Amino acid sequence: MVAPTQSIAAELLRWIPLIPLLACLLNTFFGARLGKRGAGLLASFAVGASFAIALYIFWLLPASGVIRDTLYTWIESGSFQAKVSFEVDALTAVMLLVITGVGFLIHIYSLGYMGHDEGMVRFCIYLNLFIFFMLLLVRADNLLLLFVGWEGVGLCSYLLIGFWYHDHTNTIAGNKAFIVNRIGDYGFVLGILLLVTELGRQGIWTVDFAELQKHVQLLNPNMITWITLLLFVGATGKSAQIPLFVWLPDAMAGPTPVSALIHAATMVTAGVYMTARLHFLFLLAPATLSLIATIGAATAFFAATVALTQTDIKRVLAYSTVSQLGYMFLAVGVGAFSAAIFHLFTHAFFKACLFLGAGSVIHALEGEQDMREMGGLRSYLPTTYWTYLIATLAIAGAPFTAGFFSKDLILWQAYSSPLGSHQLWLIAWVTAGMTALYMFRQFFMVFHGSCRADEHVRAHIHESPAVMTVPLVILAMGSIFAGWLGTPEYLWGSRWDEWLEPIFGAAAKTHAGSAGDEILLMQLTLAIVALAILLAYFSYGREGKLPRNLSSFAWGAPYRLFFNKYYVDELYDFVIVRPFTSCSRWLALVFDPGVIDGLVNGVAKGTRGFSLIWREIQTGNIQHYLIGFLIGTLGILAYYLGQL
Amino acid sequence: MVPLNYYLILGAVVFAIGVLGVIVRRDLIVVLMSIELMLNAVNLTFIAFACFLGSMAGQVAVFFVMAVAAAEAVIGLAIIISVFRYRQTLDLQEMQLLKW
Repeated sequence: MVAPTQSIAAELLRWIPLIPLLACLLNTFFGARLGKRGAGLLASFAVGASFAIALYIFWLLPASGVIRDTLYTWIESGSFQAKVSFEVDALTAVMLLVITGVGFLIHIYSLGYMGHDEGMVRFCIYLNLFIFFMLLLVRADNLLLLFVGWEGVGLCSYLLIGFWYHDHTNTIAGNKAFIVNRIGDYGFVLGILLLVTELGRQGIWTVDFAELQKHVQLLNPNMITWITLLLFVGATGKSAQIPLFVWLPDAMAGPTPVSALIHAATMVTAGVYMTARLHFLFLLAPATLSLIATIGAATAFFAATVALTQTDIKRVLAYSTVSQLGYMFLAVGVGAFSAAIFHLFTHAFFKACLFLGAGSVIHALEGEQDMREMGGLRSYLPTTYWTYLIATLAIAGAPFTAGFFSKDLILWQAYSSPLGSHQLWLIAWVTAGMTALYMFRQFFMVFHGSCRADEHVRAHIHESPAVMTVPLVILAMGSIFAGWLGTPEYLWGSRWDEWLEPIFGAAAKTHAGSAGDEILLMQLTLAIVALAILLAYFSYGREGKLPRNLSSFAWGAPYRLFFNKYYVDELYDFVIVRPFTSCSRWLALVFDPGVIDGLVNGVAKGTRGFSLIWREIQTGNIQHYLIGFLIGTLGILAYYLGQL
Repeated sequence: MVPLNYYLILGAVVFAIGVLGVIVRRDLIVVLMSIELMLNAVNLTFIAFACFLGSMAGQVAVFFVMAVAAAEAVIGLAIIISVFRYRQTLDLQEMQLLKW
């Protein structure tokens, strides 16, 4: 028996994604008439309404319950069924709140940031469409529907990266994101197909998460490893992990609110969400998990080193995002799904805040993104300064901020989990230090020292309007308090783990280990973070002292390596892109006209030549035909007479 | 009494002449006449068999053929006239419109 409030909730459930979709359609057809402001308000209102419903459902959601809302059966074939059905459980509820909540703030912010852009209406359409697909992704109760959302957000990402399509490089960045994602998605599709057919071989045809979880034991362990590996390929594409991370830094070509929403807070975390959703599968494949942990740690470390050297304000944040996503996958890899989702949650706040703060700075400097042309903005942009400081502290892991709790949890899990190891912890620990270093390097370069912007720009620096600063303030508060939900045992314990326990079961539990060790590790992390902040201050923070870059230190070679992003783009260009394009060119210029066209034309030419011979018998003279007719008749006659 | 075979041979010869005329002659009117020749050869055969077998069916068939032949001659000549008006010739070699 379903409680009445629950059935109301189920009724409301479908409206969470449908309202943004409706707004998207309205703006598509009437956006031009509504005007920039109207379209923006409509889009923001739609996401705000979704957020309100999500909050209400969060309120109604029973402790270990699931609310389900089935719209219709999408595919039916024999005993196989795929429904368009939404499901909300504890994990989804968290994602819903992050997407609609942070999404709402970013929509509001866009009103100010994009308000005067010619493409504002188009921007609102894409943004709403993105929210729709993202909500579809996290609320799908089967793999196929999840995949629809997965592809949909990829499409929106592409559209929004290339939003300012007049600049060709933006279009190229969009293409790059799309193509790289396609490679990952290919793996993802193969993973889904393998999973479905393998289970089908045992007589279970399903894509439902609940059903999959029930029958997952039937699968052959080897097959599970393959399936999870393929699924993880999809995750590396969407969540920008080694080796498919190259698209994310280029994705910064899109407008800053897009970077905040799609390429920091929500879409790029889809891979983490997917692995968490299928945790029952991944937990049965220790080989895959250890690979995930290794790749996560490697990505975190690698991206952090690159972030140390970048000069574009958004690129630093982009590499920082890659690095933080690496942390999440590290947590997934050591089986700490709850910690991964927790970091996803806190990261959404502080990274969105950082991106929006960076947007505010860019806005104030009339589009300048090079940090070497900034500096001393503290006095010009006080609100941005303070919110940026809070978010920077949060990502660096200063005590009692959100990042402190979530990152320490991951570090602790990497150390203590049976799947973890001390090496993983060591890498993550060093990365934590680098995180603080590059973030404070950026912070000092942008806000402290003397202003290096030229006279003309400096005259126009102004704090952003309230429509932009209010979301910043709210996100900054989130950057502190979001982490208090999941404090370690030695403080007041984790509400977070209790909340997610019905989903992850025992996996959500903090692994056994003494509180003493945990505190010791925490102190070690704090030590390296403090050291990094000091280093950043002495290198970049003091008045009038700005090394042109780190190459002024003794270590120029590694600096160049980091600055050029390990030449990964060049490597891919050399190993994959160039052979591929030259192969394509050969196919287009030699193979296609020669072989394919030759074949088609050859058939036509052969037929024509053959008929040139035979058309000679077609004289058009009726008497000639009659001769043939006569001979035929005589022949038949002779034959039958012969039979007699 | 003349034996049946003679009639049949005569019919076959006339028919063969008709066929040859249709195939060989270039003048449309002669071709039409050759067709009449073929029809009459068939008629001759029918009559011979009717007489030989003492059956009326053969004679009935002949009347049908004659009626059809009359209609055919009318239509055929009409066509020939209009062809001539259109092309100023009745030479079959000139009429090769069936060619590709």
